[in-house]
Amino acid sequence: MQLELKMEQGTLVVRPAGELDLGIAEDFRNALDEVLDQGAVKNLIFNLSRVTFIDSSGLGVMLGRYKRITRTGGQVAVIGPQPQVRRILELSGLFQIMNEFRNEEEALAKIS
Amino acid sequence: MQLINQMKVEFLSIPANVAFARVAVASFASQLDYTLSDMEEIKVAVSEAVSNAIIHGYENASDKFVRVVASLTKNALQISVEDDGRGIEDIKQALQPAFSTNPERMGLGFVFMQSFMDSFQVDSAPGCGTRVKMVKKVSTLVEQGSQVSPEH
Repeated sequence: MQLELKMEQGTLVVRPAGELDLGIAEDFRNALDEVLDQGAVKNLIFNLSRVTFIDSSGLGVMLGRYKRITRTGGQVAVIGPQPQVRRILELSGLFQIMNEFRNEEEALAKIS
Repeated sequence: MQLINQMKVEFLSIPANVAFARVAVASFASQLDYTLSDMEEIKVAVSEAVSNAIIHGYENASDKFVRVVASLTKNALQISVEDDGRGIEDIKQALQPAFSTNPERMGLGFVFMQSFMDSFQVDSAPGCGTRVKMVKKVSTLVEQGSQVSPEH
């Protein structure tokens, strides 16, 4: 898995690429928690446009970070899931707790 | 239904093999006329079953083996994912949507397997391993035709 992380106005923009499954779950979780542990992240944006596969292990990492962020009053947004990834997000009920935006700029404007 | 092809594969219970298993089964399944969406569903279901075997069956021990058997009939794929791990005490409880022994996974694995496959069965007993059997049928031509009819 490739992962880009970027901080913008207190929001951590997360851009993973590839397949989000058990094979990468631990690295993905650790990479995010390392940044969250520094305490400067208020909101989180998952840009999923380069994710080609996700299952419950990948979702678990997202949902776990959602719990951390919302505990301190922050918001979590999702950008650009491909159709097969979107179906999984829908079925899991993830869109009931995370808002989806067209692009990172819109998400940053709405949640920051 | 008559078997037209079968494959068996056995691999170590390590996370990297989850991707291997789903790609192997999907590649084998491509001998039938599945839609792209069907193929994605098969991949997710295999991924979940193999992940469960590693995480729950073997409690993340990396020196055990997971067996996957895929069987093709003319219009269906049957997948069996087996481990020799600790087994499930209460299968009914394990199949509840929100049930999970791991708070991050939220019990979604079984939800996906049940939603994406035409039949789904779990055989397990404490100490005797777990076997998940799933069947995915090929959508019939009538159903595919009705999905593309609005243009006419």
